[in-house]
Amino acid sequence: MRPNQVIHGGSLSLVEILTVLYFNQMNLANRTPKHPNRDRLVLSKGHAAPALYATLAERGFIPRASLKTLRKIDSNLQGHPDMNKVAGVDMTSGSLGQGLSVANGMAIAGKLDEREYRVYCIVGDGELQEGQIWEACMTSYHYKLNNLCLIVDNNNLQIDGPVDKVMNIYPLKNKFESFGFKVFEVDGHNIEELVETFEKSKKFKKKPVAIIAKTVKGKGVSFMENSSAWHGKAPSAQDMARIEWGK
Amino acid sequence: MVNIDFENKKATRESYGEALEKMGSKDKKIVVLDADLSGATKTNIFGKKNPKRFFNMGIAEQDMVGTAAGFATCGLIPYVSSFAVFLAGRAYDQIRASVAYPKLNVKLCATHAGITVGEDGATHQMLEDISLMRTLPNMTVLSVSDDAETRWAVNKIKEIEGPVYLRLSRLATPKIYTEDQKFEIGKAIQIGDGCDATVIATGVTVIEALKAQEELKEKNINIRVIDMHTIKPIDKKIIIKAAKQTKKIITIEDHSIIGGLGTSVMEVLSENYPKEVIRLGIQDTFGESGKAELLMEKYGITSQNIVKLFE
Repeated sequence: MRPNQVIHGGSLSLVEILTVLYFNQMNLANRTPKHPNRDRLVLSKGHAAPALYATLAERGFIPRASLKTLRKIDSNLQGHPDMNKVAGVDMTSGSLGQGLSVANGMAIAGKLDEREYRVYCIVGDGELQEGQIWEACMTSYHYKLNNLCLIVDNNNLQIDGPVDKVMNIYPLKNKFESFGFKVFEVDGHNIEELVETFEKSKKFKKKPVAIIAKTVKGKGVSFMENSSAWHGKAPSAQDMARIEWGK
Repeated sequence: MVNIDFENKKATRESYGEALEKMGSKDKKIVVLDADLSGATKTNIFGKKNPKRFFNMGIAEQDMVGTAAGFATCGLIPYVSSFAVFLAGRAYDQIRASVAYPKLNVKLCATHAGITVGEDGATHQMLEDISLMRTLPNMTVLSVSDDAETRWAVNKIKEIEGPVYLRLSRLATPKIYTEDQKFEIGKAIQIGDGCDATVIATGVTVIEALKAQEELKEKNINIRVIDMHTIKPIDKKIIIKAAKQTKKIITIEDHSIIGGLGTSVMEVLSENYPKEVIRLGIQDTFGESGKAELLMEKYGITSQNIVKLFE
């Protein structure tokens, strides 16, 4: 993959997770956007839109060539995902903290309509500082949403620095457990481990599930790894020249 | 038809709760969400009959609006209620980012708007919601004045594909319209065709305008009243016509004079038929505790404040 602008720190920590979801785990209903029985994904950390767009392109929802228009005027590929502009985007996002509530709504609707789909919601770890996330956690448990899977992209970096330095969110596992979630911890870059964890989590029918994925911001690009400077920024042409592709 | 029934007062929140139950019990697509105020917003009437489609989200309005957005993506039609201050204010960004921008089919039905909340005081008196909601793209904004109009609105907004804000009140006010009155989104109702002045009102102030109309008639001053139940899209035609045909334009609202009905009317006129607009409303201040009727007097939004403009 060499998708020019489609690369920044907050996206690279999610590549394996999105790949496993869209190529292995999710029921995409024959890749029919808006199919009522499809599994849904809410990318609550909307700034990782490039990773989602790249995944949707690889999966055939949008043309690969369109990726070059990312963030450019008149493009459908907005800086943050727009469900009305991009096929396969299940929810518009961008203002942090809101996605889990939306995912809950989708999960409750699934139960009301007696449909079998699962709802996945990806939040950033810095995003957990938003109070609405914890309101939503109460709702997930209160309505026993066993068709919901929350994934925390735990790269421990937010815009202003390390998450535990800016505003400590830890201990994460205990927090989610006390809110009533079944918690799994996983290496977010290990494909086999991710597949195994998602499979296990699907079988868990009593409670909502949270998967804390340990990730590396900027994964795969030496000078971007673990650097908050690349939160939402794309590398310049000079930066791009420094990337050793295929490593 | 207008036939004011002063003996038969009812708050629009009550008409809302009853109409919602009646309409929603028959339509399986309707889901109702509330944030621990279902007794006051009257959504509990629906909730008791339809417990599976009623969701009390606790004191968490931001989560409530997000959950409603999720419902809407799945084809359900959520009616979401709380006090106006907690819905339009507390959950503003959720409404903006997760409802208005994605144009989701969420009906935001806010009760306890305005200073007529009364005794709860300034923290609970939402005077900025019309301003906040009408500035959002994709949003339809309604502000209803009586029982029949509210029942119409509850049913009508279901047919609008997209977000709607419906402004409701706590204060019981007289029934204004008879059953045969026709309502239409974006089309205001003109009552009387006097040419001495036009009073444009919305919500609880419509009855005040009508009372002033009666009183002024005795002094041989003939005014027309416009019930602006749709704030957005606003009925430009009726405003421009009134400006052309009548000597004065007065607006009266239980809302800040900044950004609400008065401002909306001024926007229409300054672009189409420049004319002075006298805005009665809350004059850029917070409210306070007290009986609703006394607050209306103190803050200048009664029929008497209209009548005084002709002395």
